[in-house]
Amino acid sequence: MPDHFNAETETTMPAALKSLAHWLMYAVLVISAGGLILLGKVDTVLIERVRLQVSDTVVPILDVLSIPGDIAARGVGWARHWIDLAEENDRLRRERDELMRWQATAKRLEAENAGLQRLLNHVPDPAATYRSARVIADSSGIFAQSMMINAGSLDGIDKGQIALDGSGLVGRVVGVSPRAGRVLLLTDLNSRVPVFVGASRFRAVLAGDNSGQPKLIHVVPGAAIAVGDAVMTSGIAGGFPPGLAVGVVVEVDDRRISVALNVDFSRLEYVRVVDYASIVSPPERPNALDDRRSGGSLAGNPAQRADAR
Amino acid sequence: MRSRVLQQLDTLARNLVPLLLTVALLLAGILPLHITMLQSVAPLLPLIAVFYWTLYRPDLMPAVAVFAIGLLQDILVGLPIGVSACVLVCVHAAVNTQRRFLAGKSFAILWLGFAVVASAALLLGWLLTCIYYVTLVTPDRVVFQILTTIGCFPIFCRLLQRCRLSLAERA
Repeated sequence: MPDHFNAETETTMPAALKSLAHWLMYAVLVISAGGLILLGKVDTVLIERVRLQVSDTVVPILDVLSIPGDIAARGVGWARHWIDLAEENDRLRRERDELMRWQATAKRLEAENAGLQRLLNHVPDPAATYRSARVIADSSGIFAQSMMINAGSLDGIDKGQIALDGSGLVGRVVGVSPRAGRVLLLTDLNSRVPVFVGASRFRAVLAGDNSGQPKLIHVVPGAAIAVGDAVMTSGIAGGFPPGLAVGVVVEVDDRRISVALNVDFSRLEYVRVVDYASIVSPPERPNALDDRRSGGSLAGNPAQRADAR
Repeated sequence: MRSRVLQQLDTLARNLVPLLLTVALLLAGILPLHITMLQSVAPLLPLIAVFYWTLYRPDLMPAVAVFAIGLLQDILVGLPIGVSACVLVCVHAAVNTQRRFLAGKSFAILWLGFAVVASAALLLGWLLTCIYYVTLVTPDRVVFQILTTIGCFPIFCRLLQRCRLSLAERA
């Protein structure tokens, strides 16, 4: 600031006053920005409401503007499909053979599961409701990782609902306005998801840190986690239903366990928003206690549901 | 009478062009382009626009408007509200003090000036975000974003220059 005034020594008084007014305005603006940042820290509800109100106004514009990008992406994808057709066919055939084997296994397990559930007098989970929504703004910058979708409270979207795509968990709806919703991605600094890791189902929390690959924290002591272990939601502490695919462990060292997510955020065009609220916080279930007692030996569903309570 | 009203409307519309362009660049920056990794290191286009218009047409890019654009960016991007506003106002102030140095110089000098301002601005944003969340956000992406923003400057500078010249021509 002093430099500025030195440079202006020979200016007349009104000009000096003018520059003083300029600096005052800068000071006021910077201070109000700081004030807003502090306000956001203190009163999250108010700030979130303002944010959604503004988003709601911009949604129709973004909705239209995002169409060309979607079409272009689809065109590129389509062209690529044609180029890779033979290879793709080959891969799909191999995959189908693999899946056929899995299907047989799944059918056997399904029958077995149904039998066991009958034995345990299991209460089935209520059916979830789905809504599809288009991603209209991908504001996954370097500091915040969220997406805006073109469906809001008018479409039955509500805070706390889960966003998925075909390959797995995307994130959680953290705010809705009548026409728009904001989905906090798994990679965001504020994202915390309780998960099970690997076939032994070690408990951990998947924490975003704004990098492409979130890390596992609060891993149970002594857990043997290896590269390649699958990560899925555990449903512990509510918030997320159990058993949703999340990703695969790709890096384990002393300081950090990184998880590669199944979902490729940059390719998301549509997400499915699922209302699991009724599953995550179930109404009174008198049988659940019995489940816990008699289902202790089963590594599967009953034990998990007892955890979720 | 009628033509005068039209003329005033025309002038108003023309004066709004810098602001509208900046908002358009802001919106363009958050559209999903479905390109892997691009989104996370995408250039900060509003920064380029604010830098350019503050330098060449400060009358059409007042500090208050810059503040408002910053707020809009925070709101749409999901940043703590006030971070971009603070950063952009600082950019406005920096450009204003350095106008004498930058105006009329070669493009290389202008680019260099932008590189310094953009680096400082993005680092400030990074710092504010780190303080807000009380954690250390990994800085590697910030560095990438600084590089892409600086790299994109010539293209958008040319674009904005064309707009500015056509505005001046019609005036």
